[in-house]
Parts: sequence; C-alpha cells; structure tokens
Amino acid sequence: MYDIKEIYQPSNLSETLNLMASNQDGIVISGGTDVLIRLRERKLKECKLISIHKLKELQGISYKDSLNDMIIYPGTCFEEIHSNTMVEKNCHCLWQAANEVGSPQIRTVATIGGNVCNGAVSADSAPSLLVLNAELELTMAHSKRSVPIREFFTGPGKTVLEKGKELLTAIKIPAVPEGSGSYYIKFGARNALEISTLGCAVFVTLNESKDVFEDFRIAFGVAAPTPIRCTQIEERVKGLPLTRETLKFIGNEVLKEVNPRDSWRASKQLRIQLIRELSQRAAEGAVRNAGGAIID
Amino acid sequence: MIKVIHMKVNGKQVELGVDDRECLTDTLRNRLGLTSVKKGCEAGECGACTVLIDGKATNSCIYLSMWAEGREIVTVEGIKGENENLHPVQQAFVDEAAIQCGFCTPGLILTAVEIVGSGKKYTRDELRKLISGHLCRCTGYENILNAVEKVAGL
Repeated sequence: MYDIKEIYQPSNLSETLNLMASNQDGIVISGGTDVLIRLRERKLKECKLISIHKLKELQGISYKDSLNDMIIYPGTCFEEIHSNTMVEKNCHCLWQAANEVGSPQIRTVATIGGNVCNGAVSADSAPSLLVLNAELELTMAHSKRSVPIREFFTGPGKTVLEKGKELLTAIKIPAVPEGSGSYYIKFGARNALEISTLGCAVFVTLNESKDVFEDFRIAFGVAAPTPIRCTQIEERVKGLPLTRETLKFIGNEVLKEVNPRDSWRASKQLRIQLIRELSQRAAEGAVRNAGGAIID
Repeated sequence: MIKVIHMKVNGKQVELGVDDRECLTDTLRNRLGLTSVKKGCEAGECGACTVLIDGKATNSCIYLSMWAEGREIVTVEGIKGENENLHPVQQAFVDEAAIQCGFCTPGLILTAVEIVGSGKKYTRDELRKLISGHLCRCTGYENILNAVEKVAGL
C-alpha cells in the first residue's frame, strides 16, 4: 500500500489546474513510473496526488503537415511516440530515445512530460528535445507561458516549472527544414532497464548538394549538471564539409563546453571519452538520416 | 479510502472495492486470487508482475488499481483455450523447457502473448529487446528466447 494521503482524479485540464491552485503541496502523477517508485522508497510520504493518468486532453501527437509544428502532448507514453511514423521521419532522434527508456512495460505507461518535468540530467528525451528546439507550454490556472527547452533545466532535478502550480501542457516541435536528419545514442552499462551513463543527440541540416553542414545542433545528457546544448561548437561547424576530419574536430572541440563528473555509474574520464566518441557517431548518424555521407 | 471500480478481468466484468492507495498487483492477488501475478521487485524492474492492460504488457506493481477503471485486464489464468488447452505460448514454454523456478514465467508469457497478438514476426534480436523488461535469474534466457521464437520468430 502506498503512503498516499489523498488522491484526486480530475476529469479535465481546467479542473486539474484548479486543483493544483488549491493544493500546492499536491504532486502531479501521470504514468507513475517515477512518483510511485519514490513513494515505495519512502522518499515521498503522506502525499497528496493529482492524477492526470487518464486525461485524454493531455495525450496524443498532433501533426498537420511538414510546414507546421508537431505537438506532443505531455501525457503521451513513450511507446506511442515510438510507434508514430511522423516522429520517426521528422524527429528521428526522439523516436530513437523513446525506445531506450526503461523497458517495454515501462514505455507503455511512462510519459514524455514526466521525463521532462522530473528534470533528471539523464532523461532520455532531453537531448533530443534540445536539438529539436522544442518549446514547452507551461500552464497555470489563469496564465500560460512558453519556454524554450534550453531555458527549462536549471540544475540536477531542478527546472523553471513552478512546482505545485504549473503544469506542462504541450511540447511543440518546430517544423523541420528539408535536408535535415537527427540521431540519438544512449550509452549504458547494459542494453535494457538502464539509466543513461551518457546520451548524445545531433540534428543536422545539409545543403542542397549534401556536402556541407548548413545547420548543426548537438546536445548531451549527463555531461553537465543539466541536459545541455553546446552552442559554440554548433556555430563553428556550420559551413564545414562532411568529412571524417570535421567529425574529429567536433569530438575534440565539444569537450570545451561540457562538464561531466564522477558518479557511481561512471567516471569523469569515461564520460569524456564517451562524449568524444558518441558526438562523432551521432553526427554521422544524423548526416546519414539527412541523406548525406561522411567522406573519409 | 475504499473506491468502487469496474474492470474486465480475464473476460469477466468485475465490480469491486479497492483501497485508493493500492497497486493493481495487490488487487489481483489479494482480492481476486489471481496469484499468477507475482510480486518481485515492486519497482517496475523485474517484470514478474506483468499483466496485459488493454492488451499491453504493463508492470502492475507500479499501476494504481483505481486507474484500472474501465480497462480490460488479462493474467495467465485467463489465456487458456476453450478446452482448457494451454495457450500456444504456454505450450512453447513447456516444449522448449523455458521454465526453471517459474517466478518470471507468468510475466514473460503475457509479454509473449502480446507479441504473438501483434501478428508480426520478429528476429531473435528484436525478440531479445521485446522481452527485455523481464529478469530471469535461472535460465540465462536462451530457452525462453527459443520458446518465444517458436511462436513469434521469423
């Protein structure tokens, strides 16, 4: 039996926001794969839960065409994200990340919104959402704001979300230009049921003749206190040719912008090695997905 | 607080009172006597408590019973054929000696039932990934994979 004092099951979004406003010590629960574990471990006690598990309004993926934003509602589970063909085509890195979370049984309930809002540095969806320039819609009872995901994470387990008041209500992914591709690599000590030791997502846009990086975006999980984008290297890569040399340049120079640390999961040295290696492999994967190839 | 929920369990509609703090594993085992649903890690890692919820393999230990309102639940008790025959997945587990202590078996069988139900065929590597939410401490997985491959392999 979980140590739950009260549990509310609002039937729509506005009821949820009102409940949050009147119960600021309430904890929002969606898939439950983090909140219920914390309850089991007694890290949460006598808690008041506001369950949005069955709120259809916050579930699903909306996609009109390639010119418009894709909207992923936060209560969408990873299994649904991974089975969506438009996500596979336009947001390949996110599609890959969605298949790396926990296990198949976890992915049928765990939601992308929970993954983002927990603010974990190892969140599998974070690097991909960072390179896709996702915008987060945060809603309160009487107001709404839009925050670029790059400004969302503020520290380990910390975000700009006003705890107890604000709810993530939409994840908007801007339309992806022609000639783009993306790729995500997760490194863990085992292949399943694993928390990322390091995650790397790359998004590229190639020029028409597919020999130069027109746009380059790279983000990491567990390479700093929060999931991060490395914007300096991004600027330096734009205009460079698709060669092995450029990849090496990325692998070495990106190290100036990361700040990995020792943890019981891996040493700082291993993480540095992973950043150097995975950034090159993810870049090559993204180039391939954009229809290009790296020249030796 | 006790709440009344309605769900379909193994094909039968049930109405029952559950504590709003309890997880589906406890409801199925203690209130409905479905003891094929095992309690293992209780943290969503081992997969022993796996049941099908609306056809999808889900860890019932981290699923609140009240969320099951209106859902359809299947446990191993509910997969037998008309003449009490074993389900093809169960038969494959027997034929391939995919069972030792048996603790992980009900969960694995339900995941395999979902895989078979998809109607698709998979490579051994794909099957390895599809059953990756189950821990088995006896078999080394080889015979389990042989069994799943027998019913859903290419």
